[in-house]
Amino acid sequence: MLISIGFNGFAQKEACHYSLSGSVIDEHDQSNLAYATVYVQELNRGVVADSTGYYSLDGLCQETYTITVSHVSCEPVTLRLEIKGNTEKTLLLEHHIEALKALTIVGLELSEPSAIQEHMGLNTLERYGSASLGDALKEITGLSSLNTGKTLVKPMVQGLYGSRIVIVNQGVRLQDMEWGEEHAPNVDINSAGGVQLVKGAEALQYGGDAIGGTIVINATPFVPDTLYGKAALQASSNGRGGLVNADVFKSSASGWFTKIQGSLKRFGDFKAPDYYLSNSGIFEKGISLHTGRNQSNRGFDLYYSLYDAEIAILRASHIGNIDDLVTAINSQQPQIMSDFDYEIGLPKQEVTHHLARLNYFRSYESGNRWQVQYDFQFNRRLEFDVRVGDDRDKPVIDLELTTHTLSGDLDLNQKGQFPSKVGLLYRIQENFADPDTGIKRLVPNYIRYELGGFITTRHQLSPFWLLDAGIRYDFNRIEAKKWYETSRWIERGYDTDFGDFVSEVLENQILVNPQFDFHNVSVSVGGVHHWGDKGKIRFNYTLAQRAPNPSELFSDGLHQSASRIELGDLRIEQETSHKIGASIASGTNRWSWEIAPYLNHINGFILLEPEGVEQTIRGAFPVWEYQQTDARIWGVDVRAVVSWHDNWGSDHSYSYIHGQDIMGDRPLINMVPPKFRNRLTFTLPQWHQLQIRLESIYNFEQNRYPNNDFEVFLPITGELQEVDISTPPPGYHLLNLWVNTTFNFKRQNEMQVGLAIENLLNTSYRDYLNRQRFFTDEPGVNFQLSLKYSF
Amino acid sequence: MRTWTPTILYLALFMACGTVEDPDPINQEEVITTVRVTLTPSSGPQVILQSQDLDGVGPNPPVVSVSGNLVAGSSYAGTTEFLDESQNPAEDISSEVEEEGDEHQIFYQLGGNAQFSITYQDQDSEGNPIGLTFDLQTGTASEGTLLVTLRHQPDKSAPGVSQGDITNAGGETDVAQSFEIIIQ
Repeated sequence: MLISIGFNGFAQKEACHYSLSGSVIDEHDQSNLAYATVYVQELNRGVVADSTGYYSLDGLCQETYTITVSHVSCEPVTLRLEIKGNTEKTLLLEHHIEALKALTIVGLELSEPSAIQEHMGLNTLERYGSASLGDALKEITGLSSLNTGKTLVKPMVQGLYGSRIVIVNQGVRLQDMEWGEEHAPNVDINSAGGVQLVKGAEALQYGGDAIGGTIVINATPFVPDTLYGKAALQASSNGRGGLVNADVFKSSASGWFTKIQGSLKRFGDFKAPDYYLSNSGIFEKGISLHTGRNQSNRGFDLYYSLYDAEIAILRASHIGNIDDLVTAINSQQPQIMSDFDYEIGLPKQEVTHHLARLNYFRSYESGNRWQVQYDFQFNRRLEFDVRVGDDRDKPVIDLELTTHTLSGDLDLNQKGQFPSKVGLLYRIQENFADPDTGIKRLVPNYIRYELGGFITTRHQLSPFWLLDAGIRYDFNRIEAKKWYETSRWIERGYDTDFGDFVSEVLENQILVNPQFDFHNVSVSVGGVHHWGDKGKIRFNYTLAQRAPNPSELFSDGLHQSASRIELGDLRIEQETSHKIGASIASGTNRWSWEIAPYLNHINGFILLEPEGVEQTIRGAFPVWEYQQTDARIWGVDVRAVVSWHDNWGSDHSYSYIHGQDIMGDRPLINMVPPKFRNRLTFTLPQWHQLQIRLESIYNFEQNRYPNNDFEVFLPITGELQEVDISTPPPGYHLLNLWVNTTFNFKRQNEMQVGLAIENLLNTSYRDYLNRQRFFTDEPGVNFQLSLKYSF
Repeated sequence: MRTWTPTILYLALFMACGTVEDPDPINQEEVITTVRVTLTPSSGPQVILQSQDLDGVGPNPPVVSVSGNLVAGSSYAGTTEFLDESQNPAEDISSEVEEEGDEHQIFYQLGGNAQFSITYQDQDSEGNPIGLTFDLQTGTASEGTLLVTLRHQPDKSAPGVSQGDITNAGGETDVAQSFEIIIQ
């Protein structure tokens, strides 16, 4: 009797159809260990061996996995295992207790949350080492990004980004000013051990306001008594730069471990097919240190990481007024171009992120576990514009965001009918805007308090049905102190609605002390049903509430890179999302497919809308105001993976998304156009594990967009001119080629050599979701050589 | 759950005592609030064209004034000043424009039927015009507009730019203000 129903035909690599099977046996007497558990840490899933100790796991990628084998009467054993094809492995356990009790198997699948989970392993992440987290995440069907140029990449999950996505790095919710459209996550992708997209009840432990989804970046799983590491080098022709990255992990049999990692990334100006993107390079540094002790029933760890990046912003995207924007749109070429250089000139961003975490856990034979964690984050953001005179080298934005979080959670009743997790969290966050910039603060000084609690549970109804549910409550208080121009305070009507907030009045400015409380409730229920060998249906309903972010409340001024005046609104309330997601998957050994539709209805959806034009001494600027509406976003992700022959396979995916502003009866802005991706792979494991992948990506033109065009009087021509800021660029097709080989040396040492060619045909194109699409084409062809030595 | 009790107490205390310090008001630096063009004839009254926007990107539009009409067939010596009048005393931004003359140029464009011409009278370190001083020669009686544009980092070597044609200048606009001109 084999009772394995693990299936993950859609893990994120071309070759994710490998199996791992074998027997679990006692190291001393070689007897088979019935009902032992084999658990894959990276995938959060495992199987229970049958009565003869035989186990089998499907859907594994060509990756290195961390596998924990446990049995009721043995010490658990964790080992790292590289999967290079269908693998047979005998797992040894040390058996202590003589008599094996008869076991009743309750949960066949150890953890199979109902919501769609996607996982990306280290091998895939490493390919994107010299790019960014946002670029890597696009490997997952349904994920995309909102870009500012090539280097600032904000992940988008099913059409939503920024504050609607929770990013958890090493167990810490990232607090890095995610509210800005041109703020990319402050994470060094090279410090990650794996990345998961989590939705549904399980995601509630990370936060209740993830209306889009939760991205969890994991540490490398712990393995006792080992030493391994790697050194990687990537060199790219486009941007004439690359990456150096190295890490070492060392652990002792008694559970002490240390991992040290460091990376350095440097690029000069990228090149579109016809010209250089003047001032588009990046200089990024990351280090991380992870140390602690992991024993079978307790452990602690300390994690620290530093991310530091200096990011150039395309010179031609920094424009003075609407005349300049009209010129840029009409000319179809950057207005400022120069030859290649490595200099990171103006405008630019300098961001630094410190993250420190201290965690202690205890676990019990019952499987129950508790942990407490304190984490600290310090985020500094400097933005430099093109300025004149003495202020030339002064930033226009200088913000310091400090966050302390204390949290604790408890895994309860792990062997009962309703294994549960409860947790509490307290967070205090302070933002400080340095007045030395000499520019009005984009975001005011504030303190934010957050107090939250959650409970999640799951229930195995039958061998084929698993249900899960969770509820979370968060209290949010924000206390801000902000100077308004008196003229703006009155124009907004705040003097009548918020007169109580005023604490000081100067000649032209007014100091106010707004304080807002938000109560957010989130609920998630769902289930998974398995049938046959590979059939699986999942469904999930999630209610989520999100409090407005500081930018939505307090924005007040000219947003240079968008050439518009952006105004927040103190009256904005929280938004509430009802999301239903489902997926159905099936297949055979030769092919598998998955269809995943979703519907997200958001009441009070906060969006920026154009509202007229204001005159300044620089000329006219359109005014965009944050407003609330009801929105509906639905979409479907479809994927099929086919194994044509031993060596040949293909992978096909299609994503469609439809966003509508219900109250305004018009399409939502920045919705991802349909995308059709096809990959053909050839693998020859006998010859240095050769893998060749040809990828074709067709991005359709977005035909559904709101018309935000406006008319402006241009003094130069003396005419009213229609400014077309709405029409998306045409669809485009890209070809990418990727080749990878591995050379094995003694004692598990190996060298990987890879070559990637991106935008093989050197196609000129613009992307609807790049905020620089008015100014420049996307980068052209890039040749990238990768070397990685691991031991 | 006993372990939680002191934690919760501590948090409750913590919560009661956090406050935001009063931020200092920011007086925006290097903001151009005012552009003033002074036209001085060899004899007769000066004509001053001024646009002033004291709340910057605030909701109030700039206040534009023209002190009088120009006389047909006359020559005027022109100077253009950029001021930050949100400071007290007002800061003169024109001197910075002059210091960084090779990175700035002021363009004067005619609109409507106004009959006059403009000749640059100053030079940057490379021998290209800046436009802080100029000559204005009026033609016959007519009406129209004068658009004053300050560009940052224009390409002064592009065709026509040093003759005052903005078409190929590129760069970034710092000021763009239009004045009604009557020549009689």
